[in-house]
This record gives sequence, structure tokens and C-alpha cells, in this order.
Amino acid sequence: MEHLTEVLRSAQKVAEQAEVFSVSSPDSIGIQFEANELKQVQTKESSSTALRIFKEGRIGFATASGGGGWEALVDMAVETSQFGSPASFQFPSSRDYSEVRIFDPKVEEIAMERMVEIGKELIAKIRGHTPDILCDVQVTKGTSSISLINSQGGEGRYNSSFFGLSLEGILVRDTDMLFVGDSESSCRPDFSGIDDLADRVIWQLEMAKKKAAVSTKLLPVIFTPNGVASALLSPLVLAFNGKSVLEGASPLKDKLGEQVFDKKLSLWDDATIAYGVGSYPFDDEGVSSQRLPLVTNGVVMNFLYDLQTAALAGTQSTGNGQRAGGFPRPDISSLILSRGDVSFQAMVEDMKEGLIVEQVMGADQGNILGGDFGGNVLLGFKVENGEIVGRVKDTMIAGNVYQVLKELLGIGQEARWVGGILQTPPLYCSGISVATKGN
Amino acid sequence: MTALVAFIRGKGYNKSMRDLISDALKGHGADYIEIHFEESQSTSIAYRGERLEEISRARNSGGNVRALVRGSWGFVSFNRLDGLRDKVALAVKEARLAPTESGGPFKLFPMEPVVDKVVPQLKQDATAISLATKKELLDNYNNIMLSSPNIQSSRINYRDGRKQRTFANSEGSYIEQAKTDLNLRLTAIAREDNEVQQAGLSMGSTGEFSAVEGLHEQAREIASRAAALLPAPQVKGGEYTVILDPVLAGVFAHEAFGHLSESDFVYQNENLQQVMVLGKRFGGKHLNIIDDPTIPNLRGSYKYDDEGMPTRENYLIREGILEGRLHSRETAAKMGERATGNARAINYRFPPIVRMSNTFIAPGSASFEEMLGDIEEGVYVKDWYGGTTSLEMFTFSAGEAYMIRRGKLAELLRPVVLTGNVFTTLQNIDAIGNDLEMNQGGGCGKGGQSPLPVSNGSPHIRIRHCVVGGR
Repeated sequence: MEHLTEVLRSAQKVAEQAEVFSVSSPDSIGIQFEANELKQVQTKESSSTALRIFKEGRIGFATASGGGGWEALVDMAVETSQFGSPASFQFPSSRDYSEVRIFDPKVEEIAMERMVEIGKELIAKIRGHTPDILCDVQVTKGTSSISLINSQGGEGRYNSSFFGLSLEGILVRDTDMLFVGDSESSCRPDFSGIDDLADRVIWQLEMAKKKAAVSTKLLPVIFTPNGVASALLSPLVLAFNGKSVLEGASPLKDKLGEQVFDKKLSLWDDATIAYGVGSYPFDDEGVSSQRLPLVTNGVVMNFLYDLQTAALAGTQSTGNGQRAGGFPRPDISSLILSRGDVSFQAMVEDMKEGLIVEQVMGADQGNILGGDFGGNVLLGFKVENGEIVGRVKDTMIAGNVYQVLKELLGIGQEARWVGGILQTPPLYCSGISVATKGN
Repeated sequence: MTALVAFIRGKGYNKSMRDLISDALKGHGADYIEIHFEESQSTSIAYRGERLEEISRARNSGGNVRALVRGSWGFVSFNRLDGLRDKVALAVKEARLAPTESGGPFKLFPMEPVVDKVVPQLKQDATAISLATKKELLDNYNNIMLSSPNIQSSRINYRDGRKQRTFANSEGSYIEQAKTDLNLRLTAIAREDNEVQQAGLSMGSTGEFSAVEGLHEQAREIASRAAALLPAPQVKGGEYTVILDPVLAGVFAHEAFGHLSESDFVYQNENLQQVMVLGKRFGGKHLNIIDDPTIPNLRGSYKYDDEGMPTRENYLIREGILEGRLHSRETAAKMGERATGNARAINYRFPPIVRMSNTFIAPGSASFEEMLGDIEEGVYVKDWYGGTTSLEMFTFSAGEAYMIRRGKLAELLRPVVLTGNVFTTLQNIDAIGNDLEMNQGGGCGKGGQSPLPVSNGSPHIRIRHCVVGGR
């Protein structure tokens, strides 16, 4: 915190307003298994400081990471401010923030040796089902300390912790390759997550035992939580971003208050969820976090804003200003999609012919701004007459989220977290374009 | 000024840096230890529509230690140079966590120690050009795009940077390498009612500013292409004969085949080794795929990789036969092949992993007209929008596509996604053009390390029975 005050003081000598933000992670630890064997153990120390200033009404920005270099921040920020955007907002003067539980001291207590054991247990469970699978596993943990101080009196500081598990398995037979995998992450260690993760991967392996052929046509599709994340999420995240809305590029730009999605569908951004890896007491610009409805019963309710974008749009920041090492931009914290009333089993039984999509490769490559998704089904299963009959290969799906989510056949009653930032049930959709080889 | 910066800025080989490292490396009982230091700075400029939205400068410094004990690695990255000896000790301790019975003996492809210093030779170093000049040029491109009919918005992302790296290992290598890099992407976004379409252009260089000058005509062209996509139809999904332009074919070479040649995917996987056995036929006699970091002035070029290994040209496929693959010292030793100098790390926060450099399909003899000639119904796909792979399956998307009917280019299509099995697809390449072009835009991501500067290229190629996605 000391050098933050020093940077702020020297910035205030040349600028009208200034803000200093820093992140430091003293020791993130990662254990990596490759092809079932412990391959690498790593410890990473990192720290970075960012300075944002308003000089002659324009925004200047610079970052420095490493042990020092922050002495150069003021000069670099002043240099960029000559060409920066006009500042349309004030730095907030908040100092009091509601607590959000995102730090668990237990994370610090887990020894490297224990993390190695967790990796071994996970691999043993998967190999107990499929002995010749090769697993890459990562067990990671760490803590971060975030500090922010600005010239308007605003000040805040918090610590967060992280614990994550991920597994990717590959099974090769001749030139046929099967990829399975899943991950868990939270601000606290959850050892029951090991079993859940193993069970999900074993389910994937079990369903993929047989192969099934699918033909080129429109089919109903069940997107599992992983499937929702890999196929449908990106176009939505982009459309609700205040920046897309401000420039008129979001298909939702003039749809506030309108029914755009199925009535069964509700979606929130929630930065206050206890131990969510996307949670925080204040965003990276010092604005308090909140639970923000984006869609309520199919009606578009809000967009995501940071300070500058909100000011230009004539609205308030929603506490979604986030930095990925650079400028603050609006971004999601954690997204929550409401549960429905259909069981996964009932969805499958309802299908005469259809697909279950678990993983799509390359879904972000199309015109996602327009809502299009499409890609190769890396892991997906064919359903015939209410039963899962096997894994599909050489199959592509394509669609548009605004058409697909306008009318849903059903929303699952069981939701789960994907990648620590999305909680969603399975979605049962109709009329997805499926293309395959040989037809 | 930090100790690190002071050390690296010294002229010539810095004795105190070398002494510091050699002291820290002594007496840890590891099979192998290496140390990287890095100092970098960069400038980024981003436009969104009319507004220059982000302009920033950054400085970064740090380093890492990597230690190998009985086939298992410990890795420690840090920001502060103090206590280097303790960091080495921690990396060695981490490496020892692997149970000794499963770890193999010391295994790295042997190399002679290298002592060298590499400095980029640039006519017009982008990192030395004033912000005002950069902004004026980008303003011009932006104005051209935004003043075109039906263009509602634009994106410009410009980035240049310089890195100074120092590498030393317990075998006596000591290498200082400086590297510059430049990347520009222009995107025009067209809108009419609820339809949104975009078209873009990616350029890059090893820091030579001239690579991003004089693109006014291209800026105009992408704006009119984005607008033309608005009324364009979507391709009917299914199997087609496709012709790929040099840009997209280069992405195919990189995504579909190049990643499969990265031996860290293969060296622990016996089944995959059988699939990728050297000497196996993967395509017709006309097919040659090469990865070559030694070609001057390409973004994927470098003299030594991040294990200090000198680089060379590597034939991956020669006349349709699998001839080689890309290696780190570890994967080469494990597979009993030669190290190729392809161990690269995006920065000091990551250990080096096997990566491509400049990957391309060598030119053949067919002209574009000859390829079109006998296609009854097909798709001509141009320009890349993205691409990814899961070893066997690839998917990549074209920024521009046209139907081919009775040997002639027909209507413009919405952007399409191509997918397939790489082995089948390589066999299905039935014509290779005579017009090789290298593409310097974009970057490569793998294992959380993105974007790494690479380039790729190809002549026009034709593929039979390719699955094209659409509605």
C-alpha cells in the first residue's frame, strides 16, 4: 500500500485526478500431472500496479509489473494522456464496502504434498473406470491481495483465495481420439469436488463407449452445463456488455424491458456469491458489487457497465469494471441461469432423435456479435427414442442464440457451476442445424 | 531502478549478471537448472468505433528458475531478483516431489553450451516511433472504414513491444536475446436492421513499422466486404469440395497439422505415437509442410529457443511422408529424436513448451484457375477468423466465402466454419497452388500461453469432401 500512496501523490502533482490499483499474488502453486504422472510443480509470484490519470481532461494509463518500475508509471501515463479518451466520469470516493466472503485461510494451509495426493486420487478414480486413459491434471491454489486508492478519497483493499482442480483425459484408438474432462474452482478447497469431478468424467466415458451416426438435418439438442458454456455463452456475454450496447452493436441495444428470450429463462450477474471465484466486494474501479438481473422471465433488464462506459451511456456503473492486466472494461463476474422444472432424464426420454452437446470446439469463431454459434461437437451424444446410444463424431452444429433461446423445450432442474463463473442447468433446445460427413 | 533492470541494461555481456547466476546455480544436486530474466515494454492502442478507447504503456520485469530432478520439473517465477539462490532451492525442492520410482533418469537432448548475444536489426523500429505518428496512421484507417456505406462501427487493435531476455543454464549456456514484435488488427462492423456482419484484417512484423503503413486500400476493402455480407446467404451445411486461399490454408497447416507435430502431445502417448509414426504417408506426393524459425524477418523467427537450443528448418511432411516433428530437449530425448529448437515460453511467468514458429505448406504447381476448373459445386473460402484443434479434429472459420458453381466463382456467402478429421483431410488435398504467401497476423495460444508470435503460410489448396457448417 505504501508505494500506491507514493505513486498517487506524484501523479496528483501533474494530473487533475488519479487512481492507483494493484494486484499481488505472493505464491500461486500449481501441480501438473501429464499422462498420469506428476510432471511439474510450480510456484509463481506476481505483482502489478496500474495508474490511471485525468490530465487536461483526458485519460492516461500505464502499468508496471515486477519488483519495481512503478517510478516510471507517472511519465508513461502522462505520455498516453495526450491521446487518451476524454474522461467522462469521476473516480468514486467510496471507502466502505459490504463484505463478500472470498477468502478462506484453509487454502494457505494445504501443503504441496497434499495437492500431489489429490491429483493422484483423481487419476486413480478415472483409471479405475478406463485403465488405458491418459490424464493431464492440474491442482492449483493461491491468494491475491487487491488494493485501490484514488485522488477523490476512494480507498479499498481485500484478499481472495483460490483453489482449482481440472482434468483432461485422452483415449486414442487407431486414429480415433476421445477427449473427456471437467474442472472445479472455488475460493475455498472443497474436497468433495474431487468425487463430483471424477463422476462427471466417468459419465462422459461411459456415454462415449459406443459410437453413433447422425445425419445432416435440424435436430433438438440438450446443451449440458458444459455445453451451454462452450456453445451459447460468448454471444450473450458480448451482447450484455455495455460497450456493445453503447456503440449500437449489441442486438439487445434497444430491447431493455422487452421479451427477447423464453419466459422460463432468467439470468443474473452476481459478484456477491460467497466463495465464487468471480466475486468481489468492489470492482476494479472501486464500485460496490451487486446482484444484477440481466434477464427476468425472458425480459431484458440490465446491461453490464464500468465507469467510463456508463458515463457515456448516461447511466451508472453496475460494478462490473474489470481489468485483465490492462484497462478496466465491463465484464461478467459470475453468471447464474435460473433452474427450470425438467429433469435431465425427462429431456432425454422426450427425444425421438437428437443430440446431447457437452463440448463444442470453435464455437466462438463465427459472427458471435450477431448471436451466431457453431462448431465441431468435440464431445456429444446421440439420442434415439429416449435413450443415449453413443458418441457422435465429425459433426458440426450451428445456430443463433436469439432464435434458439426464444423458445426452449425445457430448462433443467439441476444446475451446476462450470469453470467457476457460470452456474447453469441443462437447456433443451429445438431446431439446431446439424451437419455431418457422408450426407 | 531495480537491480534486474540495472543488470540487464549494462553493455555487452554483463559479468555481474553471469556471476550472480553461476553462484545461484551451484550445489543444489539437481540434474539440470536454468534461469530466465526478462525485461519488456509495450504500447497498446485500441479503437472502438470513432473513439480511441484505450492507449496504454506497460513495463514488465521478472524471471524464473526451472529445475529438473529425475525427469520431474520444478518451476518458480518471480518479480524480484533478491534471494535468487533460495528460488533455485525451491524449484529443486518442487522437482523432488515426484516419487523417485516413477521418475526416469536425467534425460535431455544433449547440446553444446552456447554463449551469444542477439540484437534485432530493424530499419524502422516500431517501438521507437512516436505515439503521435502511430495515432495519426490508425486514425486514417479508422476514418476510411467508418466513412464507408453501412459501416456502423470498427475495431482497431495495435500493439508493439520489445523484450530483452537473458538465459543461463547449469551446462554453461549464457544467451542474451532481444526481440521486437508488432501486431495490428482492423475490423469493420456493418449493420442493417438486426443484421450485424464484420470483416477484418490482421498484419504483423518483427517490429518493422512499415508493415502496418500503407494499408488504406485494404481498410476500404474490408469495410465494403463487411457491408456486402449483410444480404449474403448462409451456406447450406454439408460436404463440399473447397478451395482455401493462402491465408486460410496457412491456418490449416498451423492448426490442423502443426499442433499434431508438437511432440509434447505425442511423447507420453504410445497410441498417438503409432498414429504419428515417422515414415507414414499422410498425403499425396505434392504435400510438403515445413516449420522454420530461421527464415529472416517473420514473426515466428528466432535464433535460440527458450532452452537455449539453436534453431533449424524442420520438414514435418516431405512428399506426403511424415518426416519430423517439433521438439523440446526433453521430448526429443524421450523419443530418441533430435531437438529442433521449438521450446518457447510467452514470458517469464511460464515454462517453455513445444511451439511452432513459421509453419507453411510449400508451393506446388497448380494455378487457381486450374483448381476451380472442374468443380461442379464447391466453396471458395478466404481469410481466417479463428481456428482451433483437438489433435484429430480441427475447426477453423473463414472470414470470406463464395459458392463455386460449374468452375466459376458465384455468390458471396456468410462466413463459414470448416471442420474435419486432419488425417482424412490431408489425404483429401488434391491440388496445391504455386502462389505461397506468408501471413503475419494473429498469434498462437496453447496451455494458457497466448498470443505467441508465429506466422503461417501456404499457396491456394483444394480439399475434396470437406464438412462446411451453416444453416
